[in-house]
Amino acid sequence: MKYGLYPGCSLNGTGIEYGLSTKAVAQKLGIDFVEIPDWNCCGASSAHNRDHLLSVALPARNLALAEQHGLDQIAVPCAACYQRMKAAEVALRDEPTRREVGEVIEMKVEGKSRTRALVEVFTNDLDAEFLSSVVVRPLSGLKVASYYGCLLVKPAQVAIDSPENPMIMDKLMAALGATPVEWSYKTECCGGSLAITRPEASLGMTANVLKYAKLAGADCIVTPCPLCTSNLDMRQKAAEGLLGMELGLPIYYFTELMGVALGLEMSQLGLTKHFVEATSLLKNTPAAQ
Amino acid sequence: MKRIGVFVCHCGSNIANTVHCEKVAQVAKDFPGVVLSTDYKYMCSEPGQVMIQEAIREHNLDGYVVAACSPRMHEPTFRKCAARAGMNPYMVEQVNIREQCSWVHANKEKGTEKSIDLLRMGVAKVVKNEPLYSTTIPVTKRSLVIGGGIAGIQAALDIANAGYPVTLLDREHTIGGRMAQVDKTFPTLDCSACILTPKMVEAAQHPNIELMTYAEVEAVDGFVGNFDVTIRKKARYVDFDQCTGCGACTEKCPKKVPSEFEMELGMRKAIYTPFPQAVPNKPIIDAKHCRYLLDGKCGICKKVCPTGAVDYEQKDELIVERFGAIVVATGFEQFDISAYEEYGAGKIPDVITGLHLERLMNASGPTAGKIKRPSDGKVPEKIVFVKCVGSRDEAKGRPYCSKACCMYVAKHATLLKEKMPNSKSYIFYMDVRTPGKNYEEFYARTQNEYDAQYIRGRVSKIFQVGDKLIVRGEDSLLGRPVEIEADLVVLAAGMDPRGDAKDLARTLGISYDQHGWFTEAHPKLQPVETHTAGIYLAGACQGPKDIPDSVAQASAAAVKAAGLLSKPELTSEAMTALCDEAICSGCGLCQSICPYKSIEIKSINERYHGQMRQRRVSNVNQGLCQGCGACTVACPSGAMNLKGFTNDQILAEVDALCQR
Ligand SMILES: Cc1cc2nc3c(=O)[nH]c(=O)nc-3n(C[C@H](O)[C@H](O)[C@H](O)COP(=O)(O)OP(=O)(O)OC[C@H]3O[C@@H](n4cnc5c(N)ncnc54)[C@H](O)[C@@H]3O)c2cc1C
Ligand code: SF4
Ligand code: SF4
Ligand code: SF4
Ligand code: SF4
Repeated sequence: MKYGLYPGCSLNGTGIEYGLSTKAVAQKLGIDFVEIPDWNCCGASSAHNRDHLLSVALPARNLALAEQHGLDQIAVPCAACYQRMKAAEVALRDEPTRREVGEVIEMKVEGKSRTRALVEVFTNDLDAEFLSSVVVRPLSGLKVASYYGCLLVKPAQVAIDSPENPMIMDKLMAALGATPVEWSYKTECCGGSLAITRPEASLGMTANVLKYAKLAGADCIVTPCPLCTSNLDMRQKAAEGLLGMELGLPIYYFTELMGVALGLEMSQLGLTKHFVEATSLLKNTPAAQ
Repeated sequence: MKRIGVFVCHCGSNIANTVHCEKVAQVAKDFPGVVLSTDYKYMCSEPGQVMIQEAIREHNLDGYVVAACSPRMHEPTFRKCAARAGMNPYMVEQVNIREQCSWVHANKEKGTEKSIDLLRMGVAKVVKNEPLYSTTIPVTKRSLVIGGGIAGIQAALDIANAGYPVTLLDREHTIGGRMAQVDKTFPTLDCSACILTPKMVEAAQHPNIELMTYAEVEAVDGFVGNFDVTIRKKARYVDFDQCTGCGACTEKCPKKVPSEFEMELGMRKAIYTPFPQAVPNKPIIDAKHCRYLLDGKCGICKKVCPTGAVDYEQKDELIVERFGAIVVATGFEQFDISAYEEYGAGKIPDVITGLHLERLMNASGPTAGKIKRPSDGKVPEKIVFVKCVGSRDEAKGRPYCSKACCMYVAKHATLLKEKMPNSKSYIFYMDVRTPGKNYEEFYARTQNEYDAQYIRGRVSKIFQVGDKLIVRGEDSLLGRPVEIEADLVVLAAGMDPRGDAKDLARTLGISYDQHGWFTEAHPKLQPVETHTAGIYLAGACQGPKDIPDSVAQASAAAVKAAGLLSKPELTSEAMTALCDEAICSGCGLCQSICPYKSIEIKSINERYHGQMRQRRVSNVNQGLCQGCGACTVACPSGAMNLKGFTNDQILAEVDALCQR
């Protein structure tokens, strides 16, 4: 299976663990990722607040490059990048927009390449039997709260799953042998976009997500989004202070948990780079012992 | 050339203010065929009609044109007027110079010109009119009522009391519909069963009513006065002639199934009657769950039955019966709340619907009338109601108001307080709609005397923490978010059309709206008729309704049906389509377009170059045709003509218009 890969800025920076684990897991699964040559910023977090045309043109250039290199499907790990790229793909279905954007980026863009969230590629595109056959260290006993955030499921035109009760990651976790917990904060906002501008408002929202995961009995949280992860991981201490309760919830990328279940080394997956200590919980699963 | 008269009406000043009526009459004198042209203040008045009748006799008229108001108003008047003077009523044309001229124009000169044009067309047409005759058809003096909820029962009783036989058909095993599931009814709080069961029993025992439960309509042929209805009587596996309803079978049956009647809050057996007052009160076997019918093991009910009524060999039976009129009363379904994932609906057991609560409150319900949460049987103290769930919500494809839920929520809050004085109800609402007699007063009492707290705003999220349900919403009067820790949440789920309503509509040939509610012939003036003659609507199948509205509409539909059945015979439409077999190519386009299924393709034998040959041509059933004209436009060879509106007549009008 061959896909274009749009890593975005976070996979080499704040979300380096995501980058490492994505590559390691893809290799293990025999998925061929071709990084889009000369990719540019997707514009997330600022472009769409400034200028609509810019917010379509930036990701459109990446789509045009993918087209040029014959990459029909582009896997996008970061949820924010995914949303911008998918929104551009949808916008480009309109012929006048396509022409206008083509002029701005000085490239021909037909809108042929499909933007896919990485989590879709690692679940929907894989045969369930194949996946369970490669699991060598099932995550038995691990109670996981799947946290999707908002970007992958809203608005409806770009959603990869139900906006209120998505299940795609829960099913993946079950396939890896973990126990997904039922909880209701799956798509509640973590406050990520206010983290810098209004930290006090944002912290309350982050804290609520963590609190309800804890109350639901989860050992850890799994996400498909570097923004959510840094928020939930980096600011967990502050959230504990605000809530006055101890949380101790490691925040994993779904690719990290996949990697562990597939038998990869924790350090190779970036598991040592977390704020909330993330390796001991995994070392203690029955299969690991 | 035919001798034509022209009569121009002033309609007081309605027409005369914008049209020079005398001038119009004057000009018309020169139109081909016109032997008399005159004007008058009110043509529809008695003197006006006498004037026309005298003119017909005096001038020996073959036909006449009246230039006046819309034919929708007075065409019957002027047709009858002709008939009284011995003229065929279809030799009359009415030209509309009021709605289509004087009322919509201001300039009198132009108005006059336009009236002249319209009149010239009318004269050109009437010259080509032919006398038409309607035929009569007999009426089968029997009615079918489909659906035995409160609406169907009421309609059946009223028709039966008017003296006509009625078949009351329900696809369920008992009549009663939703009202049988309801505990008490607003605004009087009388027990639903106490007012419903007497009617159910009356229907069952009425000499004019034949009860046909566990049966479905498969096909409908024929037309008003004579519908041939194919009915599937589903196999009950119990011979009702022998069964005494003793209940021994139900008691001994080992197979338990969640009860649909109890909203799956309780269990029933595989051989069962849905509730104690069911009519008929004899059990049937649910073939989907019976062990014997599934895999041949068990057979206990047959063994214990003292009368040998159990019959595993019974099969569905198809019968065809003829009815003169049909009343459709198939009711509604409760909206499926699982579409509201944000409310945990369908997932959290203690997020229930109004009908669930009705069953929990009912003394013969699964909890014997004690309010217990489905999850753990705990008695709830804080109860949250959310209104307009699956109603007034574009995102869920339900823009309409379900009408009964505002009131039943008020009823629920009142009854809960009565049953559990320590409980507290919180009600989230968008508006409170209480347009009914004594409804507003009931709502006020719910707030003032029963301590219900109404919160204006939508709920955004409901989730479970421990054994509490967290309800998060907005109080839009205070302008701030609210959060309530509830023990039980009741969603006032709206009304949906029956899932298969559209199929039934197609079988019957009646229309429905974008949601699946059956459409009345006119939203104000014909609220119980359908566009198909002889088929009437009653109850919630036509749109959300409460019991008083359903009953009122049912009685109205019954009057219409009885009125039809009381006629010795029916006059059929005279202006129907007619196929010219000589030029019909048998292509069948007309057949596929006819909305009333009145066209069939038949074979004719004809002589062709000295030899007999067979050819296929279209044939219009004159009893079914409603004269809509769709087929005439579809026919590529021009073989199909609508009598009274033939292609020839319409072209003559177009010619006349171009002659100016
Ligand atoms: C929770 C709740 C509480 C309510 N409380 C009140 C109240 O207190 N007061 C009040 O006035 N109203 C109340 N209502 C409204 C009331 O239930 C309806 O107004 C009433 O039931 C409508 O009657 P109906 O006969 O039109 O339809 P239904 O009661 O739905 O009956 C229709 C019948 O047709 C049958 N049927 C359906 N399709 C077919 C078919 N294809 N072939 C044959 N048979 C078919 C069904 O089996 C059923 O027996 C309440 C509604 C709800 C949901
Ligand atoms: S044969 Fe079927 S209905 Fe009869 S007792 Fe057994 S399971 Fe029940
Ligand atoms: S045991 Fe026989 S007679 Fe008694 S209710 Fe059952 S079927 Fe009818
Ligand atoms: S009756 Fe009341 S609760 Fe029901 S849909 Fe209308 S406004 Fe909403
Ligand atoms: S006029 Fe209308 S109803 Fe009559 S046969 Fe033609 S299409 Fe059918």
